[in-house]
Amino acid sequence: MTILKTSVAKKIAMALSGLFLVMFIFIHLAINLTLIYPGKEAFDAAVEFMATNPFIQLMQPVLFLGFIFHIAMGIYLEWTNRSKRPVNYVNNNSGVASSWASRNMIWTGLFVLLFLAVHFANYFIPFKTQQIHDHYALVTGLFKNPIYTLLYVLAFVALGIHLSHGFQSAFQSLGAPREKCNKALVLCGNIIAFVVAFGFSAIAIYFYFN
Amino acid sequence: MKLNLKIWRQNGPNDKGRMVDYQIDGVEPDMSFLEMLDLLNEKLIAKGEEPVAFDHDCREGICGMCSLYINGEAHGPDRLITTCQLHMRKFKDGETITIEPWRAKAFPVIKDLVVDRSALDRIQQAGGYISVNTSGRTVDANNIPIPKKDADAAFDAATCIGCGACVATCKNASAMLFVSAKVAQFAHLPQGRVEAAKRVQDMIAVMDAEGFGSCTNTGACEVECPKGISLSNIAILNKEFILAQAK
Repeated sequence: MTILKTSVAKKIAMALSGLFLVMFIFIHLAINLTLIYPGKEAFDAAVEFMATNPFIQLMQPVLFLGFIFHIAMGIYLEWTNRSKRPVNYVNNNSGVASSWASRNMIWTGLFVLLFLAVHFANYFIPFKTQQIHDHYALVTGLFKNPIYTLLYVLAFVALGIHLSHGFQSAFQSLGAPREKCNKALVLCGNIIAFVVAFGFSAIAIYFYFN
Repeated sequence: MKLNLKIWRQNGPNDKGRMVDYQIDGVEPDMSFLEMLDLLNEKLIAKGEEPVAFDHDCREGICGMCSLYINGEAHGPDRLITTCQLHMRKFKDGETITIEPWRAKAFPVIKDLVVDRSALDRIQQAGGYISVNTSGRTVDANNIPIPKKDADAAFDAATCIGCGACVATCKNASAMLFVSAKVAQFAHLPQGRVEAAKRVQDMIAVMDAEGFGSCTNTGACEVECPKGISLSNIAILNKEFILAQAK
């Protein structure tokens, strides 16, 4: 782990793992959209493809490691960063100089992690351990539970907030020339954040009411 | 003007410290913030009390000594200024003002509002220079043609006065804006390229060892920097670090 010795290297690793997870979330969103259009058959076929395709099977442990790394490193960095100010300010007006999203990456991230645990228990573990063929019924059935749907929507709003800072921050950590690309990256990050938060939430809300 | 001051008082590095309330009358709106503290100290001395220790030197915004966290912000509510350039007209009569020292593990409090910022000096010593032979046959720097754009970018980075407001305001007490300014000022110039890889790695190593946090790109440092040092410099530092790994 000597490659991750410095704080800057750790931030670069956070950026790369974060961008990798953004790619995954878009593939996930594309599959979820098939729930609504074209519908049941397409969704079941997409799930079947994800469960059997050798490349996807190969990528699954990589994705798993990507999640573990991003979460563990994020918690570690927050933990060590907090220790860098042992005595806090009595009056700290931090809201005037930075965005809420940028200061609370740990909380939006941990909320998504909480949802991830529920998602694992409710979907991924039954999916892996039981012979389920009607994935459509399993997923849409979960959205009939108002508490699950509420948690789902809140988690994706949290992920949207996380990405609104995280996406452009990742490119800054990777040394992208700021004058040239910052405006485009901020815009791109906000669009990605909105698409992810709105896309996933809208599907859940649609099935709750239909 | 009449003001209520809440000031951090700490007898020494090992004292726990506490906020102490003071009422001060006769403050003129045209006074600088430091002159207001001078007035307070004169009144304290007249009463036989210990004056408030605070750092200051040039009082014209270039030395970076007047490190005060005022009403929850580095150098107070105004932008692109140091504390000595903050005037009392920015406050309302009767207002309560909190005054605290920079808070960071790497900036231990010496007394009251005075902190030890020598950690920044040690980062500078690790690589914030170029090696030039000065034995008498030194080539004049102006003999090397440098594009105006690069010269301006280097100069902008070099305007960092090392006040530590970036560290004080950062939620992680990170010194990345300071270090990046010192790295970038040389990265833009041909004289700086020679030792660029070693410079960035050495300065980051000392930055970490001194107990500063890591950068999470909140951008608060840029907002509170009295010299307007841009976050672009942090992107340059990150790029320089990646390039250095490839060497």
